[in-house]
Amino acid sequence: MAGSDETTETETEVEETTEAVETDDEASIDEEQLYGVPAASAFGQMVLFPDTESYLDLFSELQGDGFQQVIDLCGVDYLNHERSDLPASVIAERFEVVVNLISHARRERIRVRVQVADGASIPSLFDQFPGTEAMEREAFDMFGITFEGHPDHSRILMPETWEGFPLRKDFDIGRIPVQFKDAPGQR
Amino acid sequence: MAIAESSADSDPSILVGASRVMGRDNAVLRLSEAEAAAMTLTPEDEFGDQKMIINMGPSHPSTHGVLRLMLEMEGETVLRSKPIIGYLHTGMEKTGEQLTYLQGCTNVTRMDYSSPLFTELAFSLAVENLLGMEIPERATWIRMMMTELNRMASHMLFMATNGMDLGAVSMMIYGWREREPLLRFFEKVTGLRMNHNYIRPGGVAADLPDGWQQDLLDYLDLITPRLEEYHILMNGQPIWRDRLQGVGVMNEAECLALGTTGPLLRSTGSSWDLRRDMPYLAYDQVDFDIPVGNYGDCFDRYAIRLAEIEESMRIVRQCIDKMPSGDYRAQDKKVTPPPRARIDESMEALIHHFKIFTEGYKVPEGETYAAVESPRGELGVYIVSDGSSTPYRMHVRAPSFVNLQTLPHLMENGLLADAVAVISSVDPIMGEVDR
Repeated sequence: MAGSDETTETETEVEETTEAVETDDEASIDEEQLYGVPAASAFGQMVLFPDTESYLDLFSELQGDGFQQVIDLCGVDYLNHERSDLPASVIAERFEVVVNLISHARRERIRVRVQVADGASIPSLFDQFPGTEAMEREAFDMFGITFEGHPDHSRILMPETWEGFPLRKDFDIGRIPVQFKDAPGQR
Repeated sequence: MAIAESSADSDPSILVGASRVMGRDNAVLRLSEAEAAAMTLTPEDEFGDQKMIINMGPSHPSTHGVLRLMLEMEGETVLRSKPIIGYLHTGMEKTGEQLTYLQGCTNVTRMDYSSPLFTELAFSLAVENLLGMEIPERATWIRMMMTELNRMASHMLFMATNGMDLGAVSMMIYGWREREPLLRFFEKVTGLRMNHNYIRPGGVAADLPDGWQQDLLDYLDLITPRLEEYHILMNGQPIWRDRLQGVGVMNEAECLALGTTGPLLRSTGSSWDLRRDMPYLAYDQVDFDIPVGNYGDCFDRYAIRLAEIEESMRIVRQCIDKMPSGDYRAQDKKVTPPPRARIDESMEALIHHFKIFTEGYKVPEGETYAAVESPRGELGVYIVSDGSSTPYRMHVRAPSFVNLQTLPHLMENGLLADAVAVISSVDPIMGEVDR
């Protein structure tokens, strides 16, 4: 990742300040920060972990920093998976919205993972990145994550009258019973 | 009619989202089906307000499958529109959570059915990233050559359907004809004409068959003069140019804002191509140019794809020359199944074989995103692994799905006949849009 130089710089700055202010909090000393939010590297890719409040501001900052395209936005339901890759200061919630951004000028990618509690909502990126309109609709359609300020907050892939959110982990996949030859039938 | 009037105020400060970038009112019709069905035409409207809502598709020859458009029309002019998708939705991302990483390729290959190898490639790259796996050089080059051939096949399909949509029926026949030998070559290599399941985590499923170089060289020699014929047949034809030039225009800033990638973005003058800008496989070791357009209209998008066929041919020729020898898949016994002969003589090979095909191999916990440049733009796969042998979450960033958002903006204030040209030039594959 080309952004690793910058990461290490920021890391050292953070370490200095945190040591000066509070030395008893072990977790925050080890933690990386980038753009003012916790950051981590996942398999060589930079990941940022804002909370819902700093979410929109982070995207303004990223946009100003050259990340002019939101390539992808999707939801993840962590109902039955305890993650071990979250920075210590991030409080795990059931849902996560994952946004991938790209900077053409710097030829870099960055990923943003924001925690969304069941029933909570996060602001829509539509105003800053209009291309997220369909992606946020898909995340709503599949997970029931609400995006505040979205211009057309409706289902996109499932029928409008559909009940439930198919990609949630507690949504059953359903089965078709196998009918064996010579087995007693339904009638 | 009870259509919400879009505010005619053109003060840019109150515009949000796409309209802020476009500098004008939104072209997207945001109307649910229930609202559309509830609208009734009163006699006053019939004479006063001449706007009407018309459905185009889902089964319309020019909608490339099952795309449905809700168009707000005034006479022959399209004012606002809304693509309605989901008719082909089969929950493939949910299915992907039930299948092991080895089976995953059979699932994702069915998404973009006109360029299946790209989805397999993106999926395999993501899984290999999680596994921290190096693949042999020959596998890399086979992957690169096969995907470039697939790009040619996909663009030929575009040439055929684009011609068909606009009434150039001879082009339709030629496009299918030129694609056919490629599909035969794919059948020879992978066993299947489509949905190959050929590129898998760890390498490819089988080595190239004997005589593959000659097959490809014959094909490239056959196609070179034919491409020149298309330049004469299509580019030199006034009707063809009239139907495409100046139709469906977008600029670079609009494309970037809407997340658009691929030939749509390149038609506006941006030369963004992942193969050059973020090289994967061995693209940094081959020479090729990136065709870009100036006007961002339908003609540029057509011309770029025609030129990309030629660039892919250049890459394929270099692959034939430089194809390294060696193994076609990584010799990682936990991931790649052992050869059939080894199973008879080695107990360990038998166990590995059994484990891989029943339980599957386990992938370390974590999340990753891998992207490739498909014929339609950036094709990405995001995988979350919980350490088991099936993905916890598998999301595919389908270029057609995102590119489809440009349709209302491209069709705004155009004629209905131009809408057909616009849909065709965006080249959406509905299997990938709906997944």
